[in-house]
Amino acid sequence: MDIWNIMEYAAWALAAIFGLIIVADWLRTDSTYSEDVLMSSREGELEAMTEEHKI
Amino acid sequence: MTDFDITSGEADGMGPRGAKVGLLRVLGPAHVWALGVGIVLVGEYMGWNFAVGKGGAYAALIACWFAGLLYSCVAMIDSEVTSTVAAAGGQYTQAKHIVGPLMAFNVGLYLVFAYTMLEAANAITVGFLIDTVAVMSGHDGLDQRPFIVLAIMFLAWLNYRGVLATLTFSLVITAIAFSAIIILFLATSPIFGGDVLRHKELITDLPYGWLGILAAMHFGLWYYLGIEGTTQAAEEVRSPARALPFGTLAGIMTLLIAATLTWYVCVGLMPWEYLGQAGVPLFDAARLSGSTFLMILLGIGTLFATLASANGCINDASRAWFAMGRDHYLPSWFGAVHPVYRTPYRSIIFLVPIALIFALGAPLDQVITFSILSGLLEYTFMPINVILFRKKWPLDTIKRGYEHPFHPLPAIVLLCLCGIAFFAVFLGYGTQLVAMIVFYVIVSLWFHFWRYRFVRRAEQFTMPWPRPQGY
Repeated sequence: MDIWNIMEYAAWALAAIFGLIIVADWLRTDSTYSEDVLMSSREGELEAMTEEHKI
Repeated sequence: MTDFDITSGEADGMGPRGAKVGLLRVLGPAHVWALGVGIVLVGEYMGWNFAVGKGGAYAALIACWFAGLLYSCVAMIDSEVTSTVAAAGGQYTQAKHIVGPLMAFNVGLYLVFAYTMLEAANAITVGFLIDTVAVMSGHDGLDQRPFIVLAIMFLAWLNYRGVLATLTFSLVITAIAFSAIIILFLATSPIFGGDVLRHKELITDLPYGWLGILAAMHFGLWYYLGIEGTTQAAEEVRSPARALPFGTLAGIMTLLIAATLTWYVCVGLMPWEYLGQAGVPLFDAARLSGSTFLMILLGIGTLFATLASANGCINDASRAWFAMGRDHYLPSWFGAVHPVYRTPYRSIIFLVPIALIFALGAPLDQVITFSILSGLLEYTFMPINVILFRKKWPLDTIKRGYEHPFHPLPAIVLLCLCGIAFFAVFLGYGTQLVAMIVFYVIVSLWFHFWRYRFVRRAEQFTMPWPRPQGY
């Protein structure tokens, strides 16, 4: 087993770690906050407050 | 369940219509530049050179400049429209406000397909590059899959954690990759004493005549494919009216310079027969220069350009998917924003397995072709979009961050060049082009007869614009 074989295993392991971190945070977030909060984003909210679009 | 409410006078993304969490406005013009150039620059490192194979060195240069004209029109039109439609989704949101829901649905899908396929292609390339290094160090038979999967998972995690870190990462690696091209040019150029370029001996006439130039247009798009992605940052820049036009136009200027320098150096070092089928032409050019430093620098530049492209593609595809979910064009579940990281986290997660399937299971040329075709359909929509925009909302009705000059000339030029590019693609990939159009016709029927009933028709039009002229 040379360095490249070790790097192959390391890449698999790192990919799995990143995947697990994402999935764990996803499940934690979905169970902590209500759907009402998570999906409350509205397009153009900031514009409605700051951009008047007047010449 | 915690009813989390971060509404405050200072918080970003908050508003009078009940938003408790939204995307974070933290980006500046440099991030917009990095997003646009980062997605594209990989096309300078590989891919553009197939245009040389189609029609010779001069054909590739003509294709480079015609494609540059096409994308300059794209950048100018995009800069004007998006400086007023400052919302995630980019061209999807523009189409929704200016043309109509069916056009918006199609444009949204073009965006997601173009960027997800490009992300998959970039991940395949990362695997290929690492395999190349392994072979150079004496190791044969490297398994590329773990590196492909790692590239996608790492960048997905980065995008998941926040847009500022994501695009700052893109900014750094894109700047290094662009600098590498400049350094290669300076080191080999006779202006600074270099004597390795052999243009007089290597450049020939057009080997396939004028038809070769037409065929080269297909790959000429690679020099700039993706610059329009800057618009996806619209909901996350601090000053959309300033940062989006600035970043986009600076981006296309950067790419015009990088494309021309890349062509100049490569055709001066390699015969067109070899260059036309090289896998990594800039890296090969650095090797032929005889400098170990340049070889390492361009090797790093190739890897960084590939990662920056995949990174920007994840960012853009997820914003387009998120915006469609938020408007109920797709299941609204995708319209969620992470309350801590303020990213469209469900859209990012959903697109990961799709990218993995294409990266691990589809051939590179097919993946790239579907990306280019989706992009081309999107560019064809842009002239229609801007003509309708100027007609419905003339200059004196909406304040624009940027007004593109000579309207409607850029729109007409763009439409004509898109027609030429479609013909060029049809010459090489006619079956895929027809298959792609059939696919979009079928999903359009699905949207029209089924999905549109779930769209909240009044809520989707949010821009505080005056009533369009004639309505």
